[in-house]
Amino acid sequence: MSFDDAYGALTDHDDDARWAYGTGFTDPLAGVPTEVPAGVDAADLAAYCLMLGDDALIMSHRLQQWVTRAPELEDEVAIANIALDLLGQARLLLTRAGEAEGEGRDEDALAYLRDATEFRNVRLAERSDPDFAHLVARLLVFATWRLALLDRLAGSPDPVLAAIGAKGAKEVTYHREYAAGWVVRLGDGTDLSRQRMQAAVDAVWPLTGELFRPHEVEQRMDMDPSAWRAEFDAVMTEVLTVATLRRPVGGDVAGYGRDGEHTDEMAAILAELQNLKRSVPGGVW
Amino acid sequence: MTGEIKHEWPLFEVFVRAKRGLNHVHVGSLRAADPQMALHHARDLYTRRNEGVSIWVVRSDDVTASEPDDKAMFFEPSGDKVYRHPTYYAIPDSVPHI
Repeated sequence: MSFDDAYGALTDHDDDARWAYGTGFTDPLAGVPTEVPAGVDAADLAAYCLMLGDDALIMSHRLQQWVTRAPELEDEVAIANIALDLLGQARLLLTRAGEAEGEGRDEDALAYLRDATEFRNVRLAERSDPDFAHLVARLLVFATWRLALLDRLAGSPDPVLAAIGAKGAKEVTYHREYAAGWVVRLGDGTDLSRQRMQAAVDAVWPLTGELFRPHEVEQRMDMDPSAWRAEFDAVMTEVLTVATLRRPVGGDVAGYGRDGEHTDEMAAILAELQNLKRSVPGGVW
Repeated sequence: MTGEIKHEWPLFEVFVRAKRGLNHVHVGSLRAADPQMALHHARDLYTRRNEGVSIWVVRSDDVTASEPDDKAMFFEPSGDKVYRHPTYYAIPDSVPHI
C-alpha cells in the first residue's frame, strides 16, 4: 500500500502491521460542513471563536513554558500533552474565526500578527506560574471552566463549533483530572505542601470572576458563562474539600480580557510567541 | 500524611494492550508516587500516539523474574521438543494473532 504522505499512512485503518506506533488516527472535522449556517451571525461567530481560540493559544503557551522545567520527566510529558491538546483546539478555533470573518486571515495570521489589545483571552490564561502549585491551581480552574463550556459548545448550531466542543471535552476532562489529582496530592500532603497549595489557590482565585462575566457576544451566541457557574462551583468545592483546602471568598478584579484589556504579562508572551513569524515574514523551512 | 518523605518515586512497569483481542505487552517503565499516578503517566508517555485501549501498571519490585544463571535449566530443555507445537492444524486466515 502506498501513500503520498506519512499522515495518510497513519490515518489508514487497514495497514496496522507497518507501524510500531499507533494507527487509526481521525480528523475531528472530517465531513463537517464549513459554511456558516443560516441563523448564525458570522461576525458573532468569528468574535466568539477568537475568544475561545485565544484562551487555548495563550494557556497552551504558558504550559509550554514548563517544558524542561517540570519537577519530573513524566509530568513534563503530561504538561506538554495538555499544551498540545490546547494548541490543537486553538488552531481549529482560529481557523474557524478566520473563515467566519471572511477577510482572508488564517490561523497563523490571527496567532502571530495581532497585538495584545486585539487578543480576546481571559486573563487567567496569561498569568505566569511562580511554582508548580500555581500551575496546577490555574489549570484546575481553567479546565473546570472550559470543560463546562465545551460540553455546551457540542450543542452549537454551528457544526464546526459543535465538533470542536465534542473533541475538546474529552481532552479537557483529562486536563481537569490531572490538575485535580495534583491539587489533592499537594493539598492533602505535608504541612509545607498544603501551605503552598493554599497560597496558590488564593493567588489564582481573583481571576475566576472574569470567567463568568458574560460578554454580549457570548450572550448572543447563547453561551453565557454564568450559566455554568454553579457547575464550576460544585466541582471546585468538591476538589478543594478532598484536598483539605479552604475555598477563597470573593474573587474578582477589574479588567476584562474579552475586551482586549490584558495584564502587562501579555506583551512578554506575544514577544516570545510572535517573534520568529514577525522577524522572518513568510519564512518556510 | 505522616512518615518519612521519600525523594525518589518507585519504579513501575507498564503494559499496554493495542486493541481488543490482543495481549497486554510490556512497553517500558516509569516513576510515579502511587499506582493511580503511574496509570496517568503511562497514558501520557506510552499511549499518546494512539497505541492502546488498555493499560496495566505494576510496581517493578513486585515482579519476580527468572535468573539469567538459570537459563540452561529453565529454557534449554524445551529446545528439542518440536512435537509440542500443534503444527498439524490448519489456522484460519481470520485468526491472525495465535
